[in-house]
Amino acid sequence: MKRYELIVIGAGPAGLSAAIEGAKAGMNVIVFDENARPGGQLFKQIHKFFGSKEHKAKIRGFRIGQMLLKEAEEAGVTVCLNATVLGIFPEKRVTVRYSDHIEQFSGDNIIVATGAAENMVLFDGWTKPGVIGAGAAQTMMNLHGIQPGQKILMVGSGNVGLVVSYQLLQAGCEVVALIDAAPRVGGYGVHAAKVARYGVPFLMRHTIVRAEGKDQVEGAVIAEVDAKFQPIPGTEKHLDIDTICLAVGLSPMSQVLRMSGCEIEDTPGGLVPKTNAYGETTIPGLFAAGDVAGIEEASSAMIGGRIAGLAAAHRAGYLEEETFKQQAQAARDSLTQLRQGMFAKENRGRTDLTKTEEGYALSKNLLAKGFVAEEELKAFPSANAVVSGVHPVIECTQNIPCNPCQDACKFGCIMVGRQITNIPQIDREKKCTGCGMCVASCSGQAIFLVNDDFEETRSTVTLAYEFLPYPEKGQTGIALNRSGEPVCEAEVISLRKSAATDGTALLTIAVPKEYSMKARAFKLNGGTD
Amino acid sequence: MRIQEHPILGTYDKGQLVEFTLDGKTMTGYEGEPIAAALRAAGILQHRHTRKTGEARGVFCAIGRCTDCVMVVDGVPNIRTCITPLQAGMKVQTQYGVGPKEDAE
Amino acid sequence: MDKLMNRSEDIGAFVPMPDDDMIVCRCEEITKGEIRRAVHDGFRSLTEIKRVLRNGMGLCQGQTCSRLVRSIVARELGVRPSDLPMTTSRAPARPVEMSVYAKEVK
Repeated sequence: MKRYELIVIGAGPAGLSAAIEGAKAGMNVIVFDENARPGGQLFKQIHKFFGSKEHKAKIRGFRIGQMLLKEAEEAGVTVCLNATVLGIFPEKRVTVRYSDHIEQFSGDNIIVATGAAENMVLFDGWTKPGVIGAGAAQTMMNLHGIQPGQKILMVGSGNVGLVVSYQLLQAGCEVVALIDAAPRVGGYGVHAAKVARYGVPFLMRHTIVRAEGKDQVEGAVIAEVDAKFQPIPGTEKHLDIDTICLAVGLSPMSQVLRMSGCEIEDTPGGLVPKTNAYGETTIPGLFAAGDVAGIEEASSAMIGGRIAGLAAAHRAGYLEEETFKQQAQAARDSLTQLRQGMFAKENRGRTDLTKTEEGYALSKNLLAKGFVAEEELKAFPSANAVVSGVHPVIECTQNIPCNPCQDACKFGCIMVGRQITNIPQIDREKKCTGCGMCVASCSGQAIFLVNDDFEETRSTVTLAYEFLPYPEKGQTGIALNRSGEPVCEAEVISLRKSAATDGTALLTIAVPKEYSMKARAFKLNGGTD
Repeated sequence: MRIQEHPILGTYDKGQLVEFTLDGKTMTGYEGEPIAAALRAAGILQHRHTRKTGEARGVFCAIGRCTDCVMVVDGVPNIRTCITPLQAGMKVQTQYGVGPKEDAE
Repeated sequence: MDKLMNRSEDIGAFVPMPDDDMIVCRCEEITKGEIRRAVHDGFRSLTEIKRVLRNGMGLCQGQTCSRLVRSIVARELGVRPSDLPMTTSRAPARPVEMSVYAKEVK
């Protein structure tokens, strides 16, 4: 039986990060992953991540995946692919399936980073071809270049449902509606707004009643729900769709931990191992990191993995107490930054929040319809145009952990401050040059440049644009408002792309002056509907 | 439908265009992509019919977990088409219960 | 737990529901009605129900349905899902052909 100082199960963000720390400290490390490619779900994430610089904010998920793989290679981590861990047994033995045989390994330390599985909802016809998980949609379009369908119904308004809806639009699909039985949008408001401004209707308090079609999905029936989440008779509506995409949450994939004999806690978020501050379970030397230890997102998973890796290295004698404490504390501080704000664990599901930490009234429309109403934006100083010339308008209205806009502005125009969940403030004394780096750096695409002095009767609006075909200078199209309604004609003034904006084009359009604070999206005439 | 060009990802690295068969009919797809991807691009959603009720199933999780997309590939049933790379000349068959049609009761 | 396993306790008669035909376990094609019926037939733990119906014992090993089954059984018994202990997790965590299991490379 081969023995390793560290066995890592799962080569996703948490597992790779754990393995990197272990290997860097000098351990001999092996990583098993049942998939054909490493990186877990990172390579399907084509949006820019949140957080701050140290969390790799404003870098797209798949690029973070590439960075992590490179780091793992440099650290000398061996990743075994198509290697399925079938069980963890006493004495930290691990049984692994390779193609046609099994092999046993023993680990002085084991870090389980098996990630999560998608939850499902039951409805009539949910087994029909054409009903897919949101992860399946991402896999098809972002890994394999296949549209999962043409006309999609998205079920679930958490970050996964919102992000995947946007990605579906980028892949050229139509998202006919986004529904959720909950009364409020569950994910980040900025993710919702990105989808709403391209015309996707948000139907909160709605559930799917049935998938129509004989042998595959040919339509759906949705209905409003009452306070007990039961469909209200008479409110059924037919939707003309060909694909139903389910994004109703994730559960830790903790099977191998459960069979290991470590203590398991039954939480509303699923079965998770009881762990200490370093992710160590009740079995000494057996750790859990990432979603399997409790659902969060990839940025936290990477830090959780590093902490577990450091702890394993310390336990094996590769890190001095002092170095370990120092490095682990730095990682935990970094994690704490991400775990603050409105979406922090302790605030999850709270319905009594009415104001941001700064005291601004939270948008109700955002939670009910996916976009902030123009009236509501008046409460946010950074979202208002009070100066002449080109300047940023920041429609960031929730306390979420993110601050790349602050670093993006070379002129110190935008301030977030120490706590990265603060809502960005604009220093009106500093001169905006209209470079647009803040627009491109905002992972939530909530920053616009407005110039009301462009011409006598027209203003310009600069926005992040990530759809094909790219508009060209001189072309005309339609400006859309925050809910995706056409508001006026718009002329393309410029389209700027550079390596620094990583695929995000900076589109500047000219609109009649009275629409400069309404126009927030753009569609080419005769382009995709 | 295939995405010809993606605003963020550009064009997709694909293998050679190859032929395979689905229930005897000649189809094309790119070598190395999952069989399910080639089928979805060709508009095929139904991969199998279940053993008990005979209802149609297709891709559900697309990462090899749910096993709903299994088909008979080169005579071997229960092949997860969402994670099995397409190869030239593969014989893919709709699965009925646990085998191809001629075996179905 | 004790209360749950007290099979003499009356939980009411089985009442057919319009969605009883809905499949819950996709792999083994077990319906909501079958699961609800099993509870009324006296199978009160998730382990018993799994053994008698085979839900969660198909190719995906309960990955998709285990939470759903738990909530259906809980509702039938009038308890919270967390009151019902989950079934035991055993190796192999993924389905494996016996020929593979028999071929251990040392």
